Amino acid sequence: MATLIVAEHDNSTLKPATLNTVAAAAAIGGEVALLVAGEGCQAVADQAAQVTGIAKVLLADNAAYGHQLAENVAPLIAELVKASGFGYVLAPATTTGKNLLPRVAALLDVGQLSDIVSVESADTFKRPIYAGNAIATVKSLDAIKVITVRGTAFDPVAAEGGSASIEAVTTVQDAALSRFVGEEVAKSDRPELTSARVIISGGRGMGNGENFALLEKVADKLGAAVGASRAAVDAGFVPNDMQVGQTGKIVAPELYIAVGISGAIQHLAGMKDSKVIVAINKDEEAPIFQVADYGLVADLFEAVPDLEAKL
Amino acid sequence: MKVLVTVKRVLDYNVKVRVKADRSDVDLANVKMALNPFCEIAVEEAVRLKEAGVATEVIVVSIGPKAVQEQIRTALALGADRGIHIETDTMPESLSVAKLLAKVVADEHPGLVILGKQAIDSDNNQTGQMLAALTGLSQGTFASEVKVDGDEVLVTREVDGGLQTLGLKLPAIVTTDLRLNEPRYASLPNIMKAKKKPLDVKSPADLGVELRAHIELLGVEPPAERQGGIKVGSVAELVEKLKSEAKVI
Ligand SMILES: Cc1cc2nc3c(=O)[nH]c(=O)nc-3n(C[C@H](O)[C@H](O)[C@H](O)COP(=O)(O)OP(=O)(O)OC[C@H]3O[C@@H](n4cnc5c(N)ncnc54)[C@H](O)[C@@H]3O)c2cc1C
Ligand SMILES: Nc1ncnc2c1ncn2[C@@H]1O[C@H](COP(=O)(O)O)[C@@H](O)[C@H]1O
Repeated sequence: MATLIVAEHDNSTLKPATLNTVAAAAAIGGEVALLVAGEGCQAVADQAAQVTGIAKVLLADNAAYGHQLAENVAPLIAELVKASGFGYVLAPATTTGKNLLPRVAALLDVGQLSDIVSVESADTFKRPIYAGNAIATVKSLDAIKVITVRGTAFDPVAAEGGSASIEAVTTVQDAALSRFVGEEVAKSDRPELTSARVIISGGRGMGNGENFALLEKVADKLGAAVGASRAAVDAGFVPNDMQVGQTGKIVAPELYIAVGISGAIQHLAGMKDSKVIVAINKDEEAPIFQVADYGLVADLFEAVPDLEAKL
Repeated sequence: MKVLVTVKRVLDYNVKVRVKADRSDVDLANVKMALNPFCEIAVEEAVRLKEAGVATEVIVVSIGPKAVQEQIRTALALGADRGIHIETDTMPESLSVAKLLAKVVADEHPGLVILGKQAIDSDNNQTGQMLAALTGLSQGTFASEVKVDGDEVLVTREVDGGLQTLGLKLPAIVTTDLRLNEPRYASLPNIMKAKKKPLDVKSPADLGVELRAHIELLGVEPPAERQGGIKVGSVAELVEKLKSEAKVI
């Protein structure tokens, strides 16, 4: 059975999360097509054609798809699936994929498997439930399987080496139900949280937003991304896109440094698959120490500048 | 306009759930249950819309066994006007919930339906988007701000890159994110008043919906446990360990 993957992109660049999803499709087996739906996104289709393991790129280039509005893109995907007989529809479990794919599933009258972390067989997958406190093995009973993929659970395929054909999709679905008004995109020269090799995150213990500069200095030395707990985001220290956790971003870097974070289950759900975890907290009873490989009981306002100096 | 809010009964977010010894499912026996936190935010938003004169009535719906009436009463105590309980033997999966809710939407004609973005038990994050598909309505997921403006609602969404604002044609489906509001606590008088508010009980058959399984749970297992680590005595020792032992810097 062939798989249709919804490419994650910003109309100019293919996002790395797509490559992890292709890896999940490869684990399922069968031919893989990549859908690039957007506006002025030929460059993305060209990049998509290079990805290892892709047989075909479907390019739907239209103003209706420019902002990934689910009301327009979901019926497009449902139509492609019905016309071409795809057995699987996959997307990265990013906010774009999470917004779009359940709408596709319902249009196809099938269930959705969210956030899978392994492929057991053609119809059986594993996925975390209850903030990662249990891993469920679930079997899809539907003929078409609609799935979002947790990027950290699949090693990305190579972005180059492939030579897929690009086919234009000309049907236009414009439901005229929604319109893009604006966006506030966080600009940063740092690596993206979900693909960074090192992450340093701050919690409520940081005290205010200015103090995150202490973490940024360490991040500069390590080439790290900066993350946060929900409490730090709620308090307005940092923007929402920095939240790591059950209901924020799922990360699994080689090194995760948690600073002034207590280690609530919802936070752990987003980072406990990191290879090495460091915790800096002044409370030696903080639950974060139960998952930390290296724990330092200290006042962060002394320890973090010291860490920066010693790197 | 009417606002429809959905609430799911889930385990309390402070509870760390355990897998049953036979690994058939998680163990929910004697576990504290509560309103899904994202649904609490949904109820609060609906009540604020009523207080602001935008909503005329707030209807709360929950689907599941009889016990979910407890969560409906909680929502009524927080300010919802009336409740609908769709009674099922077990908690249905997201697509079934969406199909049942679509019937309620067809009956009640709400201007806005507010759901949580995610149930903290299944961690599905699907129902609102599925409901939007089934009703053919617009969707504003992961909302951190909701502003009704004429025949449109402006929804600011928490997305991976930051914030995005969409204009949605009403009626619309909205799902809540954490920063939308800070839910109030129910006062004792309001808890008493909630006991007298109307609560309708319906079956899926009453709504003409036949529930079908799409996903089968084959079993659950506990996650890989992390080995406890060590405490280091100083920043110097930490840096040394990261360099020569863990080799990550
Ligand atoms: C539905 C729901 C979803 C949620 N989703 C998420 C999520 O995705 N991500 C998430 O992170 N949370 C999430 N939470 C919130 C979670 O339950 C916790 O409330 C949150 O993670 C706590 O953040 P924190 O550790 O920064 O704050 P706190 O728990 O307040 O901990 C602060 C820590 O800082 C330490 N500290 C203070 N001062 C210093 C100092 N000077 N030096 C060193 N240490 C210091 C303290 O000892 C303490 O351990 C969610 C909650 C709910 C209900
Ligand atoms: N059984 C249910 N009864 C009422 N609302 C539900 C139910 N299941 C899911 N929902 C709503 O859908 C949201 C998202 O759930 P889910 O898609 O399962 O993560 C929840 O926050 C609820 O608002």
